[in-house]
Amino acid sequence: MGSNFRRIGKLAAISSKNQSCMGFSSTVNKNDTSTKSVNLFSAINQALHIALDSDPRSYVFGEDVGFGGVFRCTTGLADRFGKQRVFNTPLCEQGIVGFAIGLAAMDNRAVAEIQFADYIFPAFDQIVNEAAKFRYRSGNQFNCGGLTIRAPYGAVGHGGHYHSQSPESFFCHVPGIKVVIPRSPQQAKGLLLSSIRDPNPVVFFEPKLLYRMAVEEVPKDDYMLPLSEAEVLREGTDITLVGWGAQLSIMEQACVEAAKEGISCELIDLKTLIPWDKETVEASVKKTGRLLISHEAPVTGGFGAEISASIVERCFTRLEAPVARVCGLDTPFPLVFEPFYLPTTNKILDAIKSTVSY
Amino acid sequence: MEMLFSKSRSLTHFLQYYTKKYAVQQRCFESIKAGELQLDNYNEDDQQTLNFPGGRIPITTRMKFISESFEKRLPCYRVLDDDGDLIPGSIFEQVKKGLAVNMYSTMVALQIMDTIFYEAQRQGRLSFYLTSTGEEAINIASAAALTSDDIVLPQYREPGVLLWRGFTLEEFADQLFGNKNDYGKGRQMPIHYGSNKLNYFTVSSPLATQLPQAAGVAYSLKMDKKEACVVVYFGDGSTSEGDFHAGLNFAAVMESPVIFLCRNNGWAISTPVTEQFRSDGIAIKGQAYGIRSIRVDGNDALAVYSAIRAARQMAIKEQRPILVEAMTYRVSHHSTSDDSTKYRCVKEIEQWRTEKNPITRFRKWIQRNDWWGDQNETELRGNIRKQVVEAIQTAEKVEKPPLRDLFGDVYDKIPSNLQEQERFIRDSTKRYPKEYPFNVPV
Repeated sequence: MGSNFRRIGKLAAISSKNQSCMGFSSTVNKNDTSTKSVNLFSAINQALHIALDSDPRSYVFGEDVGFGGVFRCTTGLADRFGKQRVFNTPLCEQGIVGFAIGLAAMDNRAVAEIQFADYIFPAFDQIVNEAAKFRYRSGNQFNCGGLTIRAPYGAVGHGGHYHSQSPESFFCHVPGIKVVIPRSPQQAKGLLLSSIRDPNPVVFFEPKLLYRMAVEEVPKDDYMLPLSEAEVLREGTDITLVGWGAQLSIMEQACVEAAKEGISCELIDLKTLIPWDKETVEASVKKTGRLLISHEAPVTGGFGAEISASIVERCFTRLEAPVARVCGLDTPFPLVFEPFYLPTTNKILDAIKSTVSY
Repeated sequence: MEMLFSKSRSLTHFLQYYTKKYAVQQRCFESIKAGELQLDNYNEDDQQTLNFPGGRIPITTRMKFISESFEKRLPCYRVLDDDGDLIPGSIFEQVKKGLAVNMYSTMVALQIMDTIFYEAQRQGRLSFYLTSTGEEAINIASAAALTSDDIVLPQYREPGVLLWRGFTLEEFADQLFGNKNDYGKGRQMPIHYGSNKLNYFTVSSPLATQLPQAAGVAYSLKMDKKEACVVVYFGDGSTSEGDFHAGLNFAAVMESPVIFLCRNNGWAISTPVTEQFRSDGIAIKGQAYGIRSIRVDGNDALAVYSAIRAARQMAIKEQRPILVEAMTYRVSHHSTSDDSTKYRCVKEIEQWRTEKNPITRFRKWIQRNDWWGDQNETELRGNIRKQVVEAIQTAEKVEKPPLRDLFGDVYDKIPSNLQEQERFIRDSTKRYPKEYPFNVPV
């Protein structure tokens, strides 16, 4: 998968600071602590197995899903649950999401896969004008809450324009859907199960860089992690860093480097981008007085802008420095220039230092 | 479906024949089916075939391009002529007196409802309205051919289906005024009706989005082994949308029991069909998707009724989509925001309003059967007019939905950002009460 994978090294999977987060869900079998070391695509695969097994009205489908999917997330599902519940669809994203909305509107759990987040745009109308407004426009007579759209996103080192993008901010402007992005295998399984079972349509972006690279101990059992709850991954006192998905491991690396220079960073995983957990970020910034946001998507109009504005509104008098954003450039996602485009550890480290010494 | 035109065979016989004929093919692979369909175009001598992904295909030494169109345009299935007389030899589903009178009365009710609501908009009492004038037969006859278990995904010119299913004039008026009784809680423009109870999905303005959804809804019926199908309505303009392709292709591949019912009324706002597509309409597109299709005279209630009955039976029994193109004419302006005399000839509109009127044609038929008379007509019209006027008078006095309905149903529960915004708006209404509508309870 290219040399850029090395940038992430062993830090690919960040475990929860506090393992007790697993206990949020009532479905966790607390007596069974058995876990297995698995990568992110396997964790997704486990979640899909559990979703199909625990609810006979659940379906998994999308392009090439039948044989296991191009990223192997749906391996074994069709064999176990049959081709009527796990199937290939024609190559048509608006059809996949439209079909999924109809299925979900009949009290089913429809888990639709868009092969790459870069190809989600033909389905934009179905997501924005249909799924997001289905409940509201009918006065709650109809809803498609059983809908979950899974899509791999983000840089992998060689994806160029159309296998690298992070389109999350487009969907964060749409009341009525939730946007969820996991950072690790354990998170992916718990958050995906929550998304599938959440009574609202969810767009679930999976960091495809981590599919094979991130390996973590994941409970074998059925468990859910709460949506719209951020998590403090690393406590600190000098500056708050907010991110999500694969970018968190880059940020973690910057935190480690900063610590060597005596800077104490607090790192927050937002997990759910809308509706987002403003309170956790606010509390942290009130403590540290500084905020840095980092994401791969272009800086202009990215979700970092929303976080920045909201926190300035709430914490203006507590801020010691301007909010820093270390994000993708405002260019299409480039191929050979990817190392220049990306918000790398050193760019973050520089921003941490200049913010702290502002 | 040309079989429908042949001599005196009952519709049931026809269906049995058709089902048998296709049952053979059904057992074969999809790919072989495609191959078989092509065979007619080749010489008997050309026995050689080539194996490609998708099945065997015969070869030919002739370099022949498929024509862009058939030599003759696809005929239109019809039962009643312009004068409401049965065309001799036509095959159709028998309609008894009770049903016929009910269908006629509901068509008239739709017409009167449209006329009075339209006028109410012109008087400034409603913000917007859109009529089904000229398309009453498609609305009512298709609705009559379904059962209440069949699920309807409408576009927006099918309120007659709701009327047929028992949506009351008060319920229509409540939606139009966006009052607190509106099921949609005053959130959408007038005519965006919906009823969970009546299996009628809430109207949304974007065109053709309901088509792939219909394939999904129908797939759910299929999985639940329901004795029901989905009927999805759309216009000629919608067939140019990508979702038309998505919907038909998904339904065909997933073998979803759904009837795609296109109202080809000739006009998409000001765009005529000649500027919409180069094909001979919509029905012929079905074959390219592997969908059985028919073109029907949409202003002939008996033809629409018979075609939808047959389509429904095939959709459910054979678990497959069916495409129906109902030929009609949008006699009304597109909506109250449109003046169609700016782009089409008044004479043409008038001709469709009078000579080709679907209600008049059906009336002639039921009158000839001695099921209807002038006195029935007068009573019916008077009665409905009174009910519609009363519904308007009542609905416009009902207060608007409360402010909390602005924030509910975005999600199943109100998230903290919306709670915060609700507090902000409530505070603002206290400080600037004149800035906000007086009739929305805060």
